[in-house]
Amino acid sequence: MKVLVVDPLKCSGGKSCELACSFEQTGKFNIADSRIKIHFFPEQINFTPTVCMQCRDAYCVQVCPTGALSRRKEDGVVYLDQNKCIGCKQCIVACPWGSVKLDHAGETLIKCDTCGGDPACVKVCTSGALKFVEADEAVLSKQRNTAEKYMKIAEQMAKGGDVNA
Amino acid sequence: MLKGFNGVILRINLTKKEVQREEINEEWAKLFIGGRGYGEKIIYEEVDPKIDPLSEENKVVIATGPIVGTTAPASGRIMVITKGPLNNTLACSNAGGYFGIELKMAGYDMIILEGKAPEPVYLWIDNDEVDIRSAKDMWGKTTIETDKVLRENTHIEAKTMEIGPAGEKLSKISGVMFDGHRASGRTGVGAVVGSKNFKGIAVRGTKGVEVADVEGFKEAVKNAYGKLAAHPVASEGLPTYGTAVLMNILNNVGSLPTKNAQDAYFPNADNISGEAMVKKTLIRKKGCGGCPIDCGRVTEIREGKYKGDHGEGPEYETAWSMGAMCGVDDINAVTKAHYLCDEYGLDGISAGVTIACAMELYEKGYMPKEDAPFPIRFGDGDAVVELVKLMGTREGFGNLLSEGSYRLAEHYGHPELSMSVKKQEIAAYDPRGVKGIGLEYATSNRGACHVRGYTIAPEVLGTPIQVDRLAYEGKADLVKLFQDLTAAVDASGACLFTTFGMEAANYAELVTTATGIPYDEKNLLLAGERIWNLERLFNLKAGLTTEDDTLPKRFIDEPIPSGPSKGEVNELPKMLPEYYKVRGWDSEGRPTDDKLTELSLK
Repeated sequence: MKVLVVDPLKCSGGKSCELACSFEQTGKFNIADSRIKIHFFPEQINFTPTVCMQCRDAYCVQVCPTGALSRRKEDGVVYLDQNKCIGCKQCIVACPWGSVKLDHAGETLIKCDTCGGDPACVKVCTSGALKFVEADEAVLSKQRNTAEKYMKIAEQMAKGGDVNA
Repeated sequence: MLKGFNGVILRINLTKKEVQREEINEEWAKLFIGGRGYGEKIIYEEVDPKIDPLSEENKVVIATGPIVGTTAPASGRIMVITKGPLNNTLACSNAGGYFGIELKMAGYDMIILEGKAPEPVYLWIDNDEVDIRSAKDMWGKTTIETDKVLRENTHIEAKTMEIGPAGEKLSKISGVMFDGHRASGRTGVGAVVGSKNFKGIAVRGTKGVEVADVEGFKEAVKNAYGKLAAHPVASEGLPTYGTAVLMNILNNVGSLPTKNAQDAYFPNADNISGEAMVKKTLIRKKGCGGCPIDCGRVTEIREGKYKGDHGEGPEYETAWSMGAMCGVDDINAVTKAHYLCDEYGLDGISAGVTIACAMELYEKGYMPKEDAPFPIRFGDGDAVVELVKLMGTREGFGNLLSEGSYRLAEHYGHPELSMSVKKQEIAAYDPRGVKGIGLEYATSNRGACHVRGYTIAPEVLGTPIQVDRLAYEGKADLVKLFQDLTAAVDASGACLFTTFGMEAANYAELVTTATGIPYDEKNLLLAGERIWNLERLFNLKAGLTTEDDTLPKRFIDEPIPSGPSKGEVNELPKMLPEYYKVRGWDSEGRPTDDKLTELSLK
């Protein structure tokens, strides 16, 4: 199963993902309709993306009174069926991440559906902050990064060097 | 209706406190594309070239282009266009950041500022709500403080434009900042905004941008991304080291102006290079709106007396102007000086070159020692930092410095020591070692400038093809081509850096599918040429002549004393007459009737 992995330290803040997301989903460029969001922290000059994590036991699915939100078995995506949605907004209240929202007009509830398995945001992200990879691959990559740090520390220690250098 | 554009221009009369909405003129959009071109057409039609740039009659256009607010690569540019106070030219200075995108999201293409507010004001644009508000509590604040207050007073997600103390105090080398960090630095546009008692703009929008041909646009974006990914400068050099990757490259060809261009080789260049920044100051890279290149640098100073400061940059130009040009190799002082330029709202290029000019005046004894607040010697990074502070606030000696190097050098009777053309300071390329860029400096419509026709690409970087940097032959054609293409790129709203990879056909494809106006390579370049000639016509009416198309005497008469380009000068007369010819201008540099007819400018 593929997951959208976010690395906040790599995000360069260019907002291409927001523009690409809205264009793919609506045919128009509107950051307010983007399912992914870059948050700016100007004092720190930092940018951090947030996007739906496609929870296994999603609160939004649990509170949805009409079954409009459901988790698709085949790709693990928490899918919002607009035909069944009555706009009660319980999902907005329930989601701890802020991953379900209203569109620019304040009418329609929207959320990430990974563009059906080929997310537009990832295609324009050149900074490496967004990746769409198999879950075990994502974990492996994180483990290897950690292992690399261990390796360097161990090498330093073996040489009797300063570990902090 | 045209797509790409939102079709709406906001006209703000500051004298009357009036807000009007006007439609985009489709004919002008076809002829001038947008951004730099369309905005300049407004100034050309509405502002008398003879007026005092700091008078109430001057206007300021803040313009986006038709592909701003889309996924076209690096398409977040914003242009500030006015009659410039530094040299009376039709001035246009552009910046990246996110303001342009947000303005498009709010449903506008451009803003025209006219008149003069009786007291300091700022503008708050929240989609259809447009409010002129008091900025009394912000007057005197730095750009970074102003950005913060603007967001606090309006919306946490607002994007901002602001001037700093330098613009308020009408410094002729002051710029306009966006979100506190990205600069429309050149030509003194900040002073015009300041002269109107206008502190800044906060904008937020949720309306969006439509394109004419959705599938075609996607294809155009894909093609453009492919070109950039395949280009080593756009996909490797700039993202990894930032623009300061150029420091060692230019030094290695002996074309890095050093100590006010007394030399063109700086032995310690590596200490202030992009590579040094990665080791010493870089926290992360940053991209402007829609940018896949990420040449921006988020940095911090980790050692020495400025330790603990953080900000953005410097980019190559300021690292050079505060560094090599002043003989300084202390990356911490250079970084601090750059931060201060952003905070005061000063043009980092002009500020550094003006300090270098002061250093030469001081060392040669051309200015009374008592005029200087402290010894001003080449190589003293702390002196550079202190002088930027004085310049930003116009205190003491800073008052004269803030007028730029030409007026400084002229004041002391040595205008030849100002490394400027049309009173605007040169950029980080010595025209003795790279001949074409000399012709570009001499003919650039806004005064010495590298980004009106970046011939460094073929002459030094070998892209798209390698051209002999020391040859004169063919440079007139090369400069014209680069100037015309650049004008078109600036008009579209794309960043010039996309030309590392993208070709005229790529921009034509993007603008066509965005707007629905059919462009091909040929008429895109023709639009660029039209923009170039419009600027020229304005400048001629403002009183500039062929005499102004020149280089500082030093570059023509004094051979480079050391380094790989030792012995070189720039023999401008070998290129200039030919340039006029390829432009279809007469020997006085005036566009001929035939040329104006061809360009639909008559």
